[in-house]
Amino acid sequence: DNVCSGELKFHYTVHTSLDVVEEKISGVGKALADQRELYLGLLYPTEDYKVYGYVTNSKVKFVIVVDSSNTSLRDNEIRSMFRKLHNSFTDVMCNPFYNPGDPIQSKAFDSIVSTMMVQAC
Amino acid sequence: MDQGSAAGTGGTFISLSDTEQRCYSGLYALCQPDSSGKPAAGKVAELFRASQLPAETLHQVTEVCGAKRLGYFGCGQFYVALKLMAAAQAGLPVRLESISGELPLPVFVGITNELEMRYPNQPLTNESQSHILGSVAGSAPRPPADRPVLRHPDTSMDKQEAWSPPQSPGISPPRSPSAYRSYPYGAQRNGTDTLLAYDAKVPGRPSVPQENSSPSHYSVKLQPEQPVITHVASVERLVERVEVDYSDDPWRITEEQREYYTNQFRSLQPDLSALIMGTVAKNFFTKSKLSIPELSHIWELSDVDKDGALTFPEFCTAFHLIVELSHIWELSDVDKDGALTFPEFCTAFHLIVARKNGYPLPETLPATLRPGFVEAGVVTAPPYEATLPLIVFDDNMMPGANQLKMGSVDLQVTSRPGVTAKQEARDESRKPEFSPKRIPEPHEKPIQHVSTLKPDSPQELDANMKSRTRPRSYSSTSIDDAMKKVEEPPTPPPRPQKTHSRASSLDLNKLFQQSGQCAKSGWLPPPPALPPRPPATQIFSFLPGSEKSSQKAVQQPNFADFSKYREEVSRCSH
Repeated sequence: DNVCSGELKFHYTVHTSLDVVEEKISGVGKALADQRELYLGLLYPTEDYKVYGYVTNSKVKFVIVVDSSNTSLRDNEIRSMFRKLHNSFTDVMCNPFYNPGDPIQSKAFDSIVSTMMVQAC
Repeated sequence: MDQGSAAGTGGTFISLSDTEQRCYSGLYALCQPDSSGKPAAGKVAELFRASQLPAETLHQVTEVCGAKRLGYFGCGQFYVALKLMAAAQAGLPVRLESISGELPLPVFVGITNELEMRYPNQPLTNESQSHILGSVAGSAPRPPADRPVLRHPDTSMDKQEAWSPPQSPGISPPRSPSAYRSYPYGAQRNGTDTLLAYDAKVPGRPSVPQENSSPSHYSVKLQPEQPVITHVASVERLVERVEVDYSDDPWRITEEQREYYTNQFRSLQPDLSALIMGTVAKNFFTKSKLSIPELSHIWELSDVDKDGALTFPEFCTAFHLIVELSHIWELSDVDKDGALTFPEFCTAFHLIVARKNGYPLPETLPATLRPGFVEAGVVTAPPYEATLPLIVFDDNMMPGANQLKMGSVDLQVTSRPGVTAKQEARDESRKPEFSPKRIPEPHEKPIQHVSTLKPDSPQELDANMKSRTRPRSYSSTSIDDAMKKVEEPPTPPPRPQKTHSRASSLDLNKLFQQSGQCAKSGWLPPPPALPPRPPATQIFSFLPGSEKSSQKAVQQPNFADFSKYREEVSRCSH
């Protein structure tokens, strides 16, 4: 039950942050997309957590939610997390048996994500 | 080469440990001593160069060991030289005093390369390996015969044990014998790129990424470059690997299989050095009637460079995995209902274990693996120490296994009946809880039956063990430990998981952790490194990794319907 409500909360947070992401990327009019533009930075902080955004060239959005009490997490660490996420995601995409839009079931992807989350703690 | 355990030079006796003895004798054999017992100077020079010590150091070594005086490297001088090189690599001065103590084995870079270079005409590295093995062993029969050949006649168990470790995945930090097991697939993946560079040793085939790296993720070509190797019997592994290596790898692709894959590849893409695009491959592999998640997982394992397309070696890997898994399924699902009952499950697992230990899968289910027998065996499977049923079990198993394999198996089999049975029994009884972990574990627990079969000297075995990380890969990643030596239910102290470097092993690792520490504690991986289990990953996909793997396996759709492929394979076989 706790887990459910926790997950729901996160889902809600991520969902609302999508609006912020849209806002940010619609403002970017440059033709070139570099790492900096891919990384959207802190979308908005709340009292409980901070939300970071990242969008790929194909408009796939990554959102990372971290606990506000985790002050040791620096910006470049978040960037590298997004980079790893992006790389793992492309690997998953390269699998012809993966249909975009499906939930990702790749073990490699899951393990990378888990490792990252563990490191961030 | 009968210097016993001591090598003398100038009256100084240096004692060698067992591992060193084995390793050095292997290296000595490598240098091809001629009839008078003098190693070929060229080979010795190559070996010395491969140690990557500066030339000046090598001169010192030559001088100190007495070869300069004698004018050649006698056995004693050779051994002393090896020890001196180990000392030099460890940073000690090149002096006789340095080598009186215990030292790690010297590391030789590119020894395998040397050997492989001798066979530039090998179409694929695998084959060249076979040739090398053949030549080293004195004969060059094709895969089936390789095994017996590879087991050096003088070897007895020791040597075989020595082989196991060599198989450990190169990437996984096998520093300690226990680390051998992992077939870190994940790490392997990253490391495979490096491996690829090394693997492409066969001249004239630079475009073919180590074919071995794919199918032999598990077999782990221990690249000497691995810095950690210095503390491990790396040389031993190298030597062993060169000599035994792929013939031991249960997942190795046989010649006829290779040919079959080649033809299949050509049907999709005429140019062998080009890529098969993802969509093409997808359509092709979907014909195998494996489920999409499995195919997806197999793809993940095979597409090493993650480019969405398969090179020929990657293709072979993928195909091979599919074939092997389908085969195992077909054999296990006796009642052909698309599901596995518990005995069938045990059978399947056992086949997987056997396969990992180098026993080729039988065409039909051996009598001992038929559900009725298996059930009985499982039920009566005594704990670790039990002997009677185990022996029975084992004896029954062995003949079947023996029929199928190479004569070399006899060596192991006959010498270790009790152990094998034990392991198998243990495996069987553990299967239900093991399954999730086992699968992921292949790399973690090097399984080599052979190596683990020496109950009285597990240490030695472990040291000799070769996909995984122990558990990760190949994985080796090694389930073997857990499988074989694990004690029955009473929970022995849990073994720290060896992480495999392979990606697949990552899955396994994770799975393993998820499965629970409890299951882990069920294994008591033998301290010594066991050869990484063959890619457990395939098993993983075969039996969806989770605690409910057995149930899930039961739900696998139509896994077995791959007969047309097998027919073709047998047709291809000469």
